[in-house]
Amino acid sequence: MYWNTRTRKRLSDHFAGTVGRMDAAIEPPWMGLRRVPAKGSGRLGMFKIIVATLLMTAGLPAQASIKIFACEPEWAALSSELGGEKVDVYSATTALQDPHLVQARPGLIARMRSADLAVCTGAELELGWLPVLQTRANNPKVQTGKPGLFEASQFVDMLDIPGKLDRTQGDVHPYGNPHIQNNPHNISRIAVALSQRLVEIDPANAIFYKQRQQDFSQRWQSAIKRWESLAAPLRDVPVVSDHKGWSYLYQWLGMREVATLEAKPGIPPSAGHLQSLLATLKSTPARMILRAAYYPRRPAEWLAERSGLPIAELPFTVGGVAGSGDLFALFDITIERLLQAASP
Amino acid sequence: MNFLRRIIICAAVLPIAITTPANAQPENTASSSFNPKISLILQGSYTDFSSAEEASIPGFLLGPETEFRSKGFSLGESELSLEAAVDDMFRGWATVAFEDEAGETEVVVEEAYLETLSLPYGLGVKFGRFFSDIGYQNRQHSHAWDFADAPLVYRAMLANKLRDDGIQVRWLAPTDLFMEFGAEALRGIGYPANDSGDGINSWTAFARIGGDLSASSSWRLGYSRFEADAELREVEDEGTPVHGFTGSSHLNVVDAVYKWAPNGNSRNRNFALHFEYFDREESGQVEDLQSGDQSDYQGTQNGFYIQGIYQFMPRWRAGLRYGRLNADNQVSNPVAGTILSELEDDDGRAERSSIMADYSRSEFSRFRLQFNRDESRQDNDPDNQVILQYIHSLGAHPAHQF
Repeated sequence: MYWNTRTRKRLSDHFAGTVGRMDAAIEPPWMGLRRVPAKGSGRLGMFKIIVATLLMTAGLPAQASIKIFACEPEWAALSSELGGEKVDVYSATTALQDPHLVQARPGLIARMRSADLAVCTGAELELGWLPVLQTRANNPKVQTGKPGLFEASQFVDMLDIPGKLDRTQGDVHPYGNPHIQNNPHNISRIAVALSQRLVEIDPANAIFYKQRQQDFSQRWQSAIKRWESLAAPLRDVPVVSDHKGWSYLYQWLGMREVATLEAKPGIPPSAGHLQSLLATLKSTPARMILRAAYYPRRPAEWLAERSGLPIAELPFTVGGVAGSGDLFALFDITIERLLQAASP
Repeated sequence: MNFLRRIIICAAVLPIAITTPANAQPENTASSSFNPKISLILQGSYTDFSSAEEASIPGFLLGPETEFRSKGFSLGESELSLEAAVDDMFRGWATVAFEDEAGETEVVVEEAYLETLSLPYGLGVKFGRFFSDIGYQNRQHSHAWDFADAPLVYRAMLANKLRDDGIQVRWLAPTDLFMEFGAEALRGIGYPANDSGDGINSWTAFARIGGDLSASSSWRLGYSRFEADAELREVEDEGTPVHGFTGSSHLNVVDAVYKWAPNGNSRNRNFALHFEYFDREESGQVEDLQSGDQSDYQGTQNGFYIQGIYQFMPRWRAGLRYGRLNADNQVSNPVAGTILSELEDDDGRAERSSIMADYSRSEFSRFRLQFNRDESRQDNDPDNQVILQYIHSLGAHPAHQF
């Protein structure tokens, strides 16, 4: 029987994992530059022990883990949910960064060099930096068209696909709105596809990934039910958004976007546009202003002061505000804050 | 877009059929579809100088196209770039520049290279014509510079940039710390080398490391060496031969970059600090091509620039730059009134201070106002230079190089 310190350590992790999900509130905010800890789940504990035992009795040496380069924190969190301790996840960005404006820093090139799998949104969200990483990192695995590049947007129905491409309309995305993470049904579909991709890249652990995906999916579906019943009062609530980044959330909860702080996507809000917004709000009232944690405070605060509307500061992605350290917490807090802002 | 197409056909740049994006369906216009990514950079400026003296730097032989811009309105380089994956192994890139030279339009192939995508062991190979990877700024096209002109050291020692035909091999270490090593073998058309017809006339090697200090800041340090041979290299000024050089030139470059943005979010505020130090040894024979006088020449020269760029609010940036050059040359036959005496006159030190502010309406447009106090000419006579510049880009989204 093969036994080494690595597998022994893992086994003890599995027992520890039975305590369930970490209390999100005490979790430090996501820093992105840190590895994502593998999260244990209560119902998974027994299964993990079985798998670990199987691995050991099969006499397999502990395998080097699959290195995942996640372009955004939501995909880092999902990769950890699905890959557990079999994957080593690095998040290129944090929730406080604007995913459109990331630089192909040396640190990112170095991480991309040794990645087995890059998990990104695609749909040109990372247009300004991912292609640079792909050409500078000299890593054949993560080139476009290879299994090592996973583009989440390929597995969801895209919204806001422009009928006409014209830069006078701002920074429009020809493939549609790339901020797909704020509808949990999108996460379900992407989870299935990402799990399949993990199996393709690391077939030796196929059973592990499949079980892990089934477990995640079960917990996720029941969470969706909970969120949907909680969020029922949000249906048809008119709102003002910062950036055109919430289409998928509105699609899910049936909220109505009456205006955005940005006159055109990617063009910072101007004083003139905010003035006209204030006038618009008199004839088309809204109930709140949505602001992503990464988005500048000032325009939203300016409008809130003059219109009397509450601001819902939302994480936008995993780690955006304190206590949004994983995907479940992300939606818990999003719904909680929306309900708070909507209550009179 | 028809305008774009006409330019391509007129210039007979590349035999690539291009679908015009206008009126096409979104699926056909994305940069990742089969069509190459196309971008056209439109640049121009209005300049004013307080000195009308010819550009020269005592102690340095200036390369081609190092004179100052002409006063008044002028069209800078308009650059047309095409980029696409050729197949699963290669990626191709071509940049053609249209330059206005004394009323005539010159078409210059700035870059035309192929790059491997799928070599194992972290290796990458680039071949064709490309901007050398030495130093920090050398790889950037002029529209990506933070100032309207090249730093003094680049102007004096590399005729603004090193661009050549050849092959580059790079290796990236499999570590979390960024460590890159590379070398280039070049034909030698890039100043200060010249193409003597022997094949490979210059070499470069570079090594750099870098990483993140925190979520907010990152850094990179580099060392590069450039060795060039020249045989009867002639430099002309508007068609008139000025000086000739036969000999060797060895350049060492140290570069450092530090970038900061609060929480790594560069949308509102960010700061970048660049520093590059050049140190050069030259030896050979110099000839003044007007008078025919010749001399042995041993040169030791160095210089640096340091610049900081601060984006203080969305769309607005301001920057400061200071550059200096020193020379210690031995010229055995410094005939008065020739280029030889100018080369021997190394007492003064050339310096230049610049300040700039720019405004970007979107990622595709930029207006810049720059002021230089240039003391690079003989006797440090100051030249106050004002440059108002626009840089606009049509087509593909620009990449954010570090």
